[in-house]
Amino acid sequence: MVNMMKFTGTKKYVATRELEMAVNAAIALERPLLIKGEPGTGKTMLAIEVADALKRPLIQWHVKSTSKAQQGLYEYDAVSRLRDSQLGDDRVQDIEHYIKKGPLWEAFSSEEPAVVLIDEIDKADIEFPNDLLRELDRMEFFVYETQKLVRAKHRPTIIITSNNEKELPDAFLRRCFFHYISFPNKETMQEIVGVHFPKLKKTLLQEALTSFFEIREVPGIKKKPSTSELLDWLKLLLAEDIPLEALRAKDNKKIIPPLHGALIKNEQDVHLFERLVFLSKRTN
Amino acid sequence: MSRTCIFSSDLFFYLKEQTKKPTDVLTDFFLQIRGNGVPASIKEYLTLLEAMAHNLAECSIDDFYQIARITLVKNETHYDRFDKAFSSYFDGIESIPDEVFGEIPKNWVEKLKQLDLTDEEKKEIQALGGWEKLMETLKKRLEEQKKRHQGGSKWIGTAGTSPFGAYGFNPAGVRIGQSGSRGRSAVKVWDKREFRNLDDNVEIGTRNIKVALKRLRRFARVGAADQFDLDGTVNSTARNAGYLNIKMIPERRNAVKVLLFFDVGGSMEDYVRICEELFSAAKTEFKHLEYYYFHNFVYESVWKDSRRRGSERTPMMEVLNKYGQDYKLIFVGDATMSPYEIMYPGGSVEHFNEEAGSEWLKRMLDVYSKVAWLNPTPTERWGYYESIGIIKKLLNNRMYSLTLGGLDSAIKNLVR
Repeated sequence: MVNMMKFTGTKKYVATRELEMAVNAAIALERPLLIKGEPGTGKTMLAIEVADALKRPLIQWHVKSTSKAQQGLYEYDAVSRLRDSQLGDDRVQDIEHYIKKGPLWEAFSSEEPAVVLIDEIDKADIEFPNDLLRELDRMEFFVYETQKLVRAKHRPTIIITSNNEKELPDAFLRRCFFHYISFPNKETMQEIVGVHFPKLKKTLLQEALTSFFEIREVPGIKKKPSTSELLDWLKLLLAEDIPLEALRAKDNKKIIPPLHGALIKNEQDVHLFERLVFLSKRTN
Repeated sequence: MSRTCIFSSDLFFYLKEQTKKPTDVLTDFFLQIRGNGVPASIKEYLTLLEAMAHNLAECSIDDFYQIARITLVKNETHYDRFDKAFSSYFDGIESIPDEVFGEIPKNWVEKLKQLDLTDEEKKEIQALGGWEKLMETLKKRLEEQKKRHQGGSKWIGTAGTSPFGAYGFNPAGVRIGQSGSRGRSAVKVWDKREFRNLDDNVEIGTRNIKVALKRLRRFARVGAADQFDLDGTVNSTARNAGYLNIKMIPERRNAVKVLLFFDVGGSMEDYVRICEELFSAAKTEFKHLEYYYFHNFVYESVWKDSRRRGSERTPMMEVLNKYGQDYKLIFVGDATMSPYEIMYPGGSVEHFNEEAGSEWLKRMLDVYSKVAWLNPTPTERWGYYESIGIIKKLLNNRMYSLTLGGLDSAIKNLVR
């Protein structure tokens, strides 16, 4: 085995030991890694950071509801060929000119092992993962138009993210490693924030984190704020130069944290929050 | 600093059952995981063995826990079951350093000999009296040491400056296990059971429901022609003596229309979860999906928002007039009530209904010919409720259990 690359997080990305383990297993055994977790916990960022840390090219495939598995392999552009034949272009003789490589083909033909991100696989049709079984397992596929077999020169590291909108088929899951990114605890969160805002004052961070975790604990809140929202909020707090006291104000009307729009994204949640604040004021 | 783990994966199998081969122990472990309801397959088990062969889990039982979980468990709702199984199988293993040390298994020593040391480090080992001496000291200290130890400069444990133990600052350091990293305390992860809330124990999942509902698809191309029609273009271009003649067609959409009626409250509370799943699956599957709620049985009005069921009701006649007969009608309810609620005026438990529920059901059946009633009550209990029999008769037997099999036959009937 060529000297095994190990992923241990990067300057911008804090990976837990479990996540490192999962990534390293996927790299070592050359199997796809399926990542699930709350939105905003850094699922997509992971692939970008892994590619960065391993110095490998990153190929991204963002899946939409209309995506077909075939598009990840290649597409045959019949219209261009038809047009060229009308215009008497010589290119028309060779069908390969009209076959457009998809992200997986790009990754398979890469000269060095690549990192492939298949983002939000659950957005596609329910049969989408099933159509990729052989491609992910054997890392090869057949191009019918040219009667050629495309086989991966180096098996790429494939990172797949899912938001749980649809359940994935068992046959597909069996071929993947699976890791669920659970929401970071306060210590890990401090580490994450430290990586993004190295100059942040400790006291401000403490207060902000307390507010943040308090909001997450509010019962009945629809969309809990996540890591990415916390980072946005801190950026805003810094840009607006909010004084520390504003965050600490627990007993007056300013109990709603300043610039809460960055944390609470749902109208109903804002209402709920305001109502709770109102109630707590009354009981005081 | 070059270190090798002597807390190898072989170790705890060696410790678990000295007479068994590591693979036997692993197989037992795998069977126990499966027995606890984690649907891991042989392929996944082989992957785990492969991962072990790659030395991905050689340093500690924590690592083994992680690697086993990422290979065997593919759904976060099963994490808790896995944790429980793991905990019961490997109970006591984490306390190895306290109990079993005293004699160093031969294969450890073999492993240690393969330590990849630089010349400088070798010199330092020499300074400590050479390799043999070092191993002897290790053995001696293991014998002396009765308790797990942390810090300090002599005992074996973690974070010390003794040559033995993880994170040691001695270049000849030998790492024994590595517990706790990045804010994770020494508490065993699997004993914390952090994922307890995620275990749902549903057998009929959203995906299964969707696959079943898929049969109800009837694709039709209606609307604006906005998609390129390759076959049509090739065909018409050929007819056009080779001059390009582009054809467009509308996108294929599921044209099936579904009208769903959900029984809510009362005895349906037990089945909330499965109904939610059915609803969420149906909502994404059908473009034309209309739904209403009722309590126990359908009368002159239904509602769309349970919180405002008192004020915002839709008269049944309006529903019947609004949605044409091409809609397929699906009821979801347990159909367990007093027969009065169906057969007599004023029988409703909530209000005074001027006409019997059965009349309203008949009116609905007059409009919609494709009907199914999905009942979450287990089929074997259907015989105990008279109301189920009555409704079944009213519907010409088109009542199905809300299981995958039942859903399947319901759908077959709806598309016929």
